[in-house]
Amino acid sequence: MPSTVVRLWPHRIEALVLPLLALVTALLLFGLFVTIGDHSASQAWQLLFLGAFGDAFSWQNTLQRAAPLMLTGLCVALPARAGLVVIGGEGALVLGGLAAAVLPQMVPGLGGASGKLALLLAAAVSGGSWIALAGWMRQARGVNETISSLLLSYLAIALFKHLVEGPLRDPASLNKPSTLPLGDALQIGSIGTYDVHWGLAWGLSACLVSAVWLAFTTHGFATRIVGGNARTARLIGLPTQTLVITACAVGGACAGLAGGIEVMAVHTAANAALISGFGYTGILVSFVARHRPLAVIPVAILFGGFGAAGSLLQRRMGLPDASVQVLLGFSFVLILASDGLQGRIAGALNRWLDQREARRPSATPPITPPGTAA
Amino acid sequence: MSAHAWVDLLLAMLGGAIRVGTPFLFVSLGECLTEKSGRINLGLEGVLVFSAMAGFGAAWLTSSVWLGVLAAGLAGGLLALVHGLVCSLPQVNDIAVGIGIMLLGNGLAFYLGKPLMEPQAPQIPSLMLGDWSSSANVQAALHINALFPLGLALALLLRWGFTHTRWGLLVRMVGDSADAARALGTSVNGVRLAATVAGGFIAGLGGASLSLYYPGSWNEGLSSGQGLIAVALVIFARWNPLRCLAAALLFGAAGAVGPALQSVGYGAAYQLFNALPYALTLLILLLTCSPQRAARGAPMELGVTR
Repeated sequence: MPSTVVRLWPHRIEALVLPLLALVTALLLFGLFVTIGDHSASQAWQLLFLGAFGDAFSWQNTLQRAAPLMLTGLCVALPARAGLVVIGGEGALVLGGLAAAVLPQMVPGLGGASGKLALLLAAAVSGGSWIALAGWMRQARGVNETISSLLLSYLAIALFKHLVEGPLRDPASLNKPSTLPLGDALQIGSIGTYDVHWGLAWGLSACLVSAVWLAFTTHGFATRIVGGNARTARLIGLPTQTLVITACAVGGACAGLAGGIEVMAVHTAANAALISGFGYTGILVSFVARHRPLAVIPVAILFGGFGAAGSLLQRRMGLPDASVQVLLGFSFVLILASDGLQGRIAGALNRWLDQREARRPSATPPITPPGTAA
Repeated sequence: MSAHAWVDLLLAMLGGAIRVGTPFLFVSLGECLTEKSGRINLGLEGVLVFSAMAGFGAAWLTSSVWLGVLAAGLAGGLLALVHGLVCSLPQVNDIAVGIGIMLLGNGLAFYLGKPLMEPQAPQIPSLMLGDWSSSANVQAALHINALFPLGLALALLLRWGFTHTRWGLLVRMVGDSADAARALGTSVNGVRLAATVAGGFIAGLGGASLSLYYPGSWNEGLSSGQGLIAVALVIFARWNPLRCLAAALLFGAAGAVGPALQSVGYGAAYQLFNALPYALTLLILLLTCSPQRAARGAPMELGVTR
């Protein structure tokens, strides 16, 4: 018998339990995988935890990586809420980093807070326009945005390498081609005495602002309608094209910002170190967070932690550097597989509650017609 | 460039069309088969990398290149099996699973392939079709990957099989109307799973031709997007295996421009020339797709064209 009472919380519990279940299974599978390779699974799990959250040093490392992941996660989450699966965050990140590194050469004399803001703005605009292009191709020409955004990402990386190794190369960067380094006045510093740069604050605020935008503004609501059912959105007269392209642009701007922050806070110049896969991990972050900006924050911290633990796995156990990538791959496939269980847990909870209430008839008072009460 | 250099460039592109195009051919045929059944497997990029690693490793361990080719196909089929199984669950999005398989395939390949960077494996033999010519460039252009004729035969076989065999009709029915297939008592998920696994096996042969013929070694930069381009090629080829062949050769030629220019001594901007296939793919998608209607020839159940 289907449930007659509408309860919200079984679905909320399920939304939390399913991803956790998938992640735990991924960790178990990863343990099995390293065991087959003649390594100790328990040591791998232990090092994953220690390297990610074991002490202050690893926490700083984790948060340092979580900052760009929050932003690249939003690059997938925001277009996803408008109904598009965009996976080209890496390209937007790389272009954002390039823009931030090049702007001071074109506009000399930048410095201070306004100069930094100008650099971040340039990064956001270049990343945003790149992803908006994928959104436009989808809306205007019907080109699948998943394929086009990844192709655009490869193009962006090729352009980046061409410019950094050619026209924009700093002659002093000998075996590691880079652009001219940023001056001290344009670099982003650490938060207080911690070894975590201010990019984390940018990541957190971007997630918070996006959450507020989606939940409490008319524009955000309209965007979610387009994502939920584009035909309905057109029927009620929403400007679907503009809404979709805007969501893509804002998402891309976040990824571009991530690139700008990486250049200004970590690398101090644009070079190949910028192409380190934050864009791809961001896809996973967003899917695990079910494209919810607030959930992106803890998930980004978790996967930032796995990334931070990667070098420890490499040093202590001699695992290849791709071991974290294997873990991420397992997590991704299992998270998607857990979609297949959607509704089962909530359904079971609902049935259980229905049965419990049926056994206690006194819990619901019989309806008495008005006027007959004593 | 002199006239002589132009001729050299054209010859290099001709040879490159087959050399670089062979992996495109296998992946696009595999994807074509999968998509005909109504499911898209974006994960063939990961399948390509994983099978290239597996093929190289097996050829190195057994010292037999053909066992390596077989292992590459099996590895591709195995990874595609994961895609097919996960997609058989209800409410699961095949495009998203494809992204997952892409990441998983790359991760597994880089992890397991770590010890394979140094060693040399036996190589797939070349068919020397250019021995009649005295020109070294012509000979080089007509050294053909022994897997290429297999791909050619496979394209013809698929084209014929889709219209003339029970299996081909079954795959197309499931791809065009899952409801009709169910009404006839066909297991939709079963057919799709089989088509996905077979498609993964075929794409795996493309991986073998990457690591065992050209470039002929295993490293982490072996494929950057060839698998994905091949997926886009299928849309361009309108789900016709013979057009897949033509498109694969075209993209092979485009992919050969960068290395060919370098070989004739024009090395500037090679990063941009190497990115030519991506730009060409985007251009072709822009020209062939339309927001008003599904692409002509598209399987009706396919999500990518909706």
